[in-house]
Amino acid sequence: MSKRILTIFMIVFVLFLYAPTLLLPIFAFNDSSIIAFPLSGFTLDWFKSLAAAVELRKAAVTSLTIAVTSAVIATILALLATSATVRYRFPGKGAMIGTIMLPMFLPEIIIGVSLLTVVLLAGLELSIYTIIMGHVLICTPFCIAILRSSFQQLDPSLEEASLDLGESRLTTFRRVTLPLIMPGVISSLLIAFTISLDEFVIAFFLSGTKPTLPVYIWSQLRFPQRIPSVMALGTLLLLLSIILLTLSELLRRRSARRLGKDMAGGAW
Amino acid sequence: MSRRMPFDADTRRGLSQISLPFAFSILLLAAPLALLLAMSFWTQDFLTLDRTPTIANFVEVWNSPIYRTLMLRSLKISLIVTFLTVSLAYPAAYYMSFVAPDNRKALLVFLITIPFWTSYLMRIFLWKVILGYNGVLNESLMGIGLIREPLDFILYNQFAVALTLSHAWLPFAVLPIFVVMEKVNRSYLEAAQDLGDTPFQRFRRITLPLSMPGVVAATLIVFIPTIGDYVTPKLVGGSSGLMIANMIEVQFKNANNAPLGATLALMALLLVSSVAGLFVWINRRYLKEEGAA
Repeated sequence: MSKRILTIFMIVFVLFLYAPTLLLPIFAFNDSSIIAFPLSGFTLDWFKSLAAAVELRKAAVTSLTIAVTSAVIATILALLATSATVRYRFPGKGAMIGTIMLPMFLPEIIIGVSLLTVVLLAGLELSIYTIIMGHVLICTPFCIAILRSSFQQLDPSLEEASLDLGESRLTTFRRVTLPLIMPGVISSLLIAFTISLDEFVIAFFLSGTKPTLPVYIWSQLRFPQRIPSVMALGTLLLLLSIILLTLSELLRRRSARRLGKDMAGGAW
Repeated sequence: MSRRMPFDADTRRGLSQISLPFAFSILLLAAPLALLLAMSFWTQDFLTLDRTPTIANFVEVWNSPIYRTLMLRSLKISLIVTFLTVSLAYPAAYYMSFVAPDNRKALLVFLITIPFWTSYLMRIFLWKVILGYNGVLNESLMGIGLIREPLDFILYNQFAVALTLSHAWLPFAVLPIFVVMEKVNRSYLEAAQDLGDTPFQRFRRITLPLSMPGVVAATLIVFIPTIGDYVTPKLVGGSSGLMIANMIEVQFKNANNAPLGATLALMALLLVSSVAGLFVWINRRYLKEEGAA
């Protein structure tokens, strides 16, 4: 009885979660510049208009550059931090990892304005580098959270065997550890990439002459006639996010299987 | 691994590995925050920064009604949003952990996670599209003849901000509760059943206290970022729904008063930390009482 109520609740819950997002594709293909029901017809014009927008293309390139760079740096930093905390005991460990994880527990605006303060005081120019720094800061904790489970599932005897057989630590990492945690590493890269691509507030505070994609979208939202094109753009971004997330999820599962631990939940 | 190696070699290795990410955090998080603190004791007259330490900014923030109003409004909206999301997320997480068949759990987690990562900006903006004067809701209601004039009280107020933020943060609240519920030892529930507890008693005496850490995590995950949210109040809040982050931006950009902006940011941070600390403290007391009972 109560199970049936909970099931109905869950269905309504998921529908509510997705309802606004479903409007994106609906109005991206709707042949009207006014966003409202009833729909008036099918069109691809809004997608075509995107191809002609030069500013949009520039913003997309800026965002991709920032996202790729941030994802790589954040994943490297997270690999180091995770490897240190999962395997070794050393003084100050809790405080250090706490500091590294702190951005997860700070409102983004605080990170944005504190970095902006540094830039203002140091007399630096706002550029894509300032945004990358902010994005690495907020991505690293998420990467650590992903990589931690990879490292914890790793069987230490495999590395010990490699060391006993005379390989150096670096070669052991490259030939034993890295291949085993590779799915986690890729998953971490994808998550950091997605976070950076989507991040608005920090980019908004720290972007100079080159806006990122979300900052560009923000500037378009003021013009009602641009909204259908924004919906088309949003649809493409939604698609990209879903593809990246599915990829990252599949990799995580493969990694769980490869490391010989059956994950909770199993197949779907 | 540490058995084979002398302990100090391991200590060195750990320290050398963590040094780079730690240095990065010190340089780009701790140092900037320290500068923000220093900045809040300075003053700015148009473009010249006066570095004589003064508490003038704090006095102004304390005395001026506008900053107090914005701060309290941010706190109020954030608390409403936290309450709404956590109380909706709890039954959803309960369904996922205790009702859904095991082979469906991973799919449900994935389903909940997707909206997590789809453009935050677009998700907020879609609510403006839905609630607006010429929005989906109004036009559609008029289209089917239910109303003649568009409803104008549904957008540009605190209600719209609370609704939009709740929707945006709902998935973030489900996952921590679900993760903790998954760890609840099912044999406790069986034991309670064997000893004659009703389903409600089992829930109140076992599931609820054991899932409390998840509730606290969800509370913090929603409360901390929402109090400093910039996008939602700006898009759907109108002038009556603006929050503290919007004022911080104004001070840093248009008003050219970074020191006052820094002060506001620090006060917001202080507010967030103290309320977050309060949540954790209340939970400790609750768990202690449950343990004693």
